[in-house]
Amino acid sequence: MREVYINDSNCITPLGFDVQANFDALLEGKSGIVKSTDFHKAVYVSKIDEQLLNKSFAEIGDPSAYTKLEKMLILTLKPLVSEYSISKDTPLIVSTTKGNIDELHHTNPRRILLHEVAQAVTDFFGLTQQAIVISNACVSGLLSVAVAKRMIQAGVYEGALVVAGDIISEFVLSGFHSFQAISDTPCRPYDESRKGITLGEAAAAVYISTVKSKNPTQAVKISGDGAINDANHISGPSRTGEGLYKSILAALEEAAVDVTAVDFISAHGTATHYNDEMEAIAFNRASLEHVPLNSLKGYYGHTLGASGLLETIISIESAFRNVLIPSVGYETSGISQPLNIIKNNQQKDIKYFLKTASGFGGCNTAVLFEKIA
Amino acid sequence: MENLKHELKTKIIEALNLEDIAIEDISDDDPLFGDGLGLDSIDALELIVLMDKDYGIKLTDPKEGKTIFQSINTMAAYITEHRSK
Amino acid sequence: MKKPYFISDYVSIWKNTLSLNGETLFNCSQETSFKDFSKSLYKHIDMNYPKFYKMDNLSKLALLATEALFKNKNFNPEEENIALTLSNKSGSLDTDLKHQDSIADETNFFPSPAVFVYTLANICLGEISIKYKLQTENAFFVSESFQPDFITVYAEQLLQTGKAKKVLCGWVEYTDDNYEAFIYLVDEEGTLEHRSETLKKLYLE
Repeated sequence: MREVYINDSNCITPLGFDVQANFDALLEGKSGIVKSTDFHKAVYVSKIDEQLLNKSFAEIGDPSAYTKLEKMLILTLKPLVSEYSISKDTPLIVSTTKGNIDELHHTNPRRILLHEVAQAVTDFFGLTQQAIVISNACVSGLLSVAVAKRMIQAGVYEGALVVAGDIISEFVLSGFHSFQAISDTPCRPYDESRKGITLGEAAAAVYISTVKSKNPTQAVKISGDGAINDANHISGPSRTGEGLYKSILAALEEAAVDVTAVDFISAHGTATHYNDEMEAIAFNRASLEHVPLNSLKGYYGHTLGASGLLETIISIESAFRNVLIPSVGYETSGISQPLNIIKNNQQKDIKYFLKTASGFGGCNTAVLFEKIA
Repeated sequence: MENLKHELKTKIIEALNLEDIAIEDISDDDPLFGDGLGLDSIDALELIVLMDKDYGIKLTDPKEGKTIFQSINTMAAYITEHRSK
Repeated sequence: MKKPYFISDYVSIWKNTLSLNGETLFNCSQETSFKDFSKSLYKHIDMNYPKFYKMDNLSKLALLATEALFKNKNFNPEEENIALTLSNKSGSLDTDLKHQDSIADETNFFPSPAVFVYTLANICLGEISIKYKLQTENAFFVSESFQPDFITVYAEQLLQTGKAKKVLCGWVEYTDDNYEAFIYLVDEEGTLEHRSETLKKLYLE
């Protein structure tokens, strides 16, 4: 089977417009979450400043020609496309749950269909292949990595660009409010006082290919993956963590890596009562309870279709710097089974790390990465 | 009270899309969740919206919902006491 | 050597008609709405699954097509490791508009959780997974039109790497009372070769 690598990455978040800026902010314990009065109810969110975004975007295009999400996606991809002098027939995979959903209330919404968002990005870079959109709830970003790897292994692609993004909208906020799932404080994954999610917005991009990066300090191998459904309930995660557990096993099995080799886990950790509890059960079933683990939702909020890819990128940086980032918001365990949740910045040699995500519809994804030194 | 119970049954059937269930099928003290009507967690959230929208009652503690939504009787009693519309 | 795979069965639903492997199994008069058509079809194929009525139109459409296909097989889906890969053009737009309606008026702002949960296209995969107890690989794709070139490669990769034994693939699109489902099962047995060209032909049938 062909080996497939993530060669380079970039991200745009409230904490910075590239990976370095983001990781430095995380090392200082900065969070993007602030109180906002832009919506129906005052609420904590991690939101990208549109003026800043427009200022950066103006260097490469006309900000008024694109929606906020499209600008985020294009700006994130830009350095990867330039760096690798990507050939125009490189496939593009776009991960988003709701696309330009904030346009839906307009009389003439711009590019409300998800493939139209992808087309705007494709056209901007002059790519020639029709983009594929993955819209699989909150696992979309991580699933995109698995899908790109599978397509490359099948031999149809040599490389692929993957970009993921979602914005905060009244549409999504009001829905999560109706689920009583929005926290009235910044979210606190795995903590006993957790009250639900905080929404965030971000875009993230990676270039995936069969060729190891020119720069050997950047490549990670995508060693194994699984994306298995709970088959339990459309909005509530499985009480036994079945789908996540099976996804983790599938990833480890494909990688032929023993569970004891996993050095670090970047978990989903949304800070809803049921999600975090389900993860604790699944990680314990997989004998991963001693492995240092974090959720980055306390810094970025839940960035939906971006989250899986954004958190992968931050974890890659963690692996190369051999630094574990604490799970901000966590003080006292609020889950029924033990997990080794990271409380302080710490040094650790990282070779293998696991990234997981779970979402509505009972979906789960786990991907195992190996740092290529 | 009897009118309210009848009204509640109609609303529940409609709001929760209980296509195969008629008003006569729901007894006043039948459990709504579990073995009774077989409602689930989304239905419970939907009932919270119904309480707010139609009776002006805001429930924020899901545990509170559990006791109120035990049966048509418990719901009707709670609404009678707390309604603001 | 790559193993050959086949399209063992295929189902289409559109214009008030359901057909299985090219033969019409059920149809209603052209005047019928999806609401009535789906209800008649649900009864005709004897589903007996009250949760069906709680679903959004996209999930109903996907589930009806899947039920018709699985009814024709003599296996227990739960035991077959059947992956799900569906796709469409409009995502969950039909349900998105319903949710948007419920929040359009600041003074009458009552979003419904039972509607909101369906504002993700992949929920229909969740519904199929729950109904047939499929704890299997799931992915939902969105593209302007049905992309058999992409989907055939993806499905075969799942099979070749042992991530699934069979793959239920297809296109499920619902907007504004227009609907179209084309669902097929990729398996080791069958007579129709699993090829993009074959699928293009069957899809247009």
